[in-house]
Amino acid sequence: MAINLEQVGRIARLANIEISPGEAAQTSAALNGILGLIEQLQSVDTAGITPMAHAQEVAQRLREDCVTEQDQRESFQAVAPETEAGLYLVPRVIE
Amino acid sequence: MKWETVIGLEIHAQLATKSKAFSAAATKYGAEPNTQACAVDIALPGVLPVFNKQAARMAVKFGLAIGAHINHRSVFARKNYFYPDLPKGYQISQYELPIVAQGKLTIELDGVEKVIGITRAHLEEDAGKSLHEDFHGMTGIDLNRAGTPLLEIVSEPDMRSAKEAVAYLKKIHELVRYLEICDGNMQEGSFRCDANVSVRPLGETKLGTRAELKNINSFRFVEKAIDYEIERQIDLLEGGGKVVQETRLYDSDQNLTRPMRSKEEANDYRYFPDPDLPPLVLDAAFIKDVERTLPELPAAKRARFIKDYGLSAYDAGVLTATREMADYYEQAVKAAGADPKIVANWVTGELSSCLNRDNKEIGQSPVSAAMLAGLLARIADNTVSGKLAKEVFEVMWQGLGDADAVIDKKGLKQITDGAAIEKVVDAIIAQSPKQLEQYRAGKETLFGFFVGQVMKATQGKANPAQVNELLKKKLAP
Repeated sequence: MAINLEQVGRIARLANIEISPGEAAQTSAALNGILGLIEQLQSVDTAGITPMAHAQEVAQRLREDCVTEQDQRESFQAVAPETEAGLYLVPRVIE
Repeated sequence: MKWETVIGLEIHAQLATKSKAFSAAATKYGAEPNTQACAVDIALPGVLPVFNKQAARMAVKFGLAIGAHINHRSVFARKNYFYPDLPKGYQISQYELPIVAQGKLTIELDGVEKVIGITRAHLEEDAGKSLHEDFHGMTGIDLNRAGTPLLEIVSEPDMRSAKEAVAYLKKIHELVRYLEICDGNMQEGSFRCDANVSVRPLGETKLGTRAELKNINSFRFVEKAIDYEIERQIDLLEGGGKVVQETRLYDSDQNLTRPMRSKEEANDYRYFPDPDLPPLVLDAAFIKDVERTLPELPAAKRARFIKDYGLSAYDAGVLTATREMADYYEQAVKAAGADPKIVANWVTGELSSCLNRDNKEIGQSPVSAAMLAGLLARIADNTVSGKLAKEVFEVMWQGLGDADAVIDKKGLKQITDGAAIEKVVDAIIAQSPKQLEQYRAGKETLFGFFVGQVMKATQGKANPAQVNELLKKKLAP
C-alpha cells in the first residue's frame, strides 16, 4: 500500500497540520517508508495472540476519588494569548 | 409506501464522582469559569492522567444492573479531533475494549413490554464548554467540565418509534439515578442523548442510511426531534432523494434538524490505545465488592410494591419512579401503620401535587414521611376528618408544625361528641321548616342540604358519619 499526495493532504487536514506541496512529496515518501516497515512486520503470523494495548505489561493504577487540586486559573491564564471573564478566548468557532 | 423507523440511542451520563476522570480537580457544576480545570484538564505538557477508581466502580455497577458482561480488562483509547473545548486534541475514551458489553433493559409502552439491547457502555471524559456569545468576534472557552467522567451507553438499533426511544431513555434515566451514579440533570447537561435515526421500507431487513441527531436535552425534545427527522427522511425518500449520513443538530425553537457543518470531515477519529494509560484491569473481588452495593432495582421494587402493599401497577410505577419517592413511601407506611393504599393516595395525590406546584424534589418536602404518618394516624383515630386533613397538610407544608400542633392551633379537631352534634342538627332542622316539609314529602335529595348546613355550622369539623346517622334519625317522618 502506498500513500499518494491526495491522502497526505487528507491526513494533514485531519491532524491540523499545514503542508506545502513540496513538503507533501517529502512526507509521502517518509510515510511510505514507515508503511514498508509495517508491511514487513505484518508478515509475522500473530494468530491467537492478544493485541497489546500498552508497551509494558502493567495495569492502570487507580486513584481514590478525592479533590486535591486547587484553583490555579490566574497562573494558567497568565500565559494564555487572550482571556476575558475567566474564559480562554479563541478564534470564533462557527456552528 | 409503508416505512419502518429504526432508532438507536447514545446516552452520555456524567458519573457523579467528586473529582475528574483523570485528575484530582473538582467536578462540581456551576463554578466560576476555569477554576476547576487543572494542569491535566487543560493539557499542559508533561502531565499524566491517572484514572478515578470510583468512576470504574460506577461503570461496573451500571453493567451489573443491566445484566451485562463486565470486561475484566478494558482499554483507554484516544479519539482524535480538533475543537477548542478539547485541549489535548483528543478525547480519552474506550474503543475496542469497553468496560461494559452486551446488556439489556426491558421497557414498557402502553402495557407492552419490549427488551432493548445495550451494545456497550464505555468510559470516557467530557469536553469543556464553548460559549458562542460575542467576545469581540471570538469564542469563550470554559474548561471546568473538561475531564468529567462520562459513561456512554450505546443501545442496539432496537427502537421503532420516537415513543419507544423516550421510554428507553426514561428507563436509563431512572436506573442511573437509582444506582446513584449520575444525578440525571438534563438542564445542566449531566444526562444527554444523541439519536441515530433511519427509515426503511417495511419488511426490508437492511438498515437505511442514518442521521445522528445531537443537542437534544429533554425527554420532550427527544420525541419531537426524532419525529421531525423521521418525517424529513420519508419526505426525502418519497421525493426520490437520498438520506446522507451526517450529524444534525436539533433546533428546539424552530422544531427542526439541520446539518452540523463542523463535523462533516471529522468522522475519521483515528483511534489508538492511549500510551499514557495502561489497560484498566479489574479483578473478581472488585466486581463482587460493587455487586454488594447494588440497590433493589426499579422493576423489582415495583413488583414488590404491588405484591406487598396491594397497589395498582400505576401507583407502584409512580411511587417507584425515583428511589427517594419509594423510600419516602415505605417510611410513611412503616410509621403510620396505616393502610398502604391510603398512604399511596396521599403520596401520589396531595404530596405530589404540592411538590409539582412548588417545583420541589421529594427530598425537599417540608412534610417528612414521619409527619405524613402522624397526620394519617389522626385521620385513623377520628381526630380529624379526611377533608380537613388536607387543610392540615397544607399548613404542615408551610412549615408550621406537625399534625397534632396544627390541628390544635387551628382548632381543626373533629367534633365527635354526639351531644354537641345533635345540638347543631336540632338547630338546623328548626331553622329549615320548609326544607323539612319537602323532605318528608319525598324530596330525598334535600338530605344533602341538611348535611351541608351542619358541616357549615361546624366549619367542617363534625364527624360526617355521625352527622349522617343523626340526620337520618331526626328527619324521618
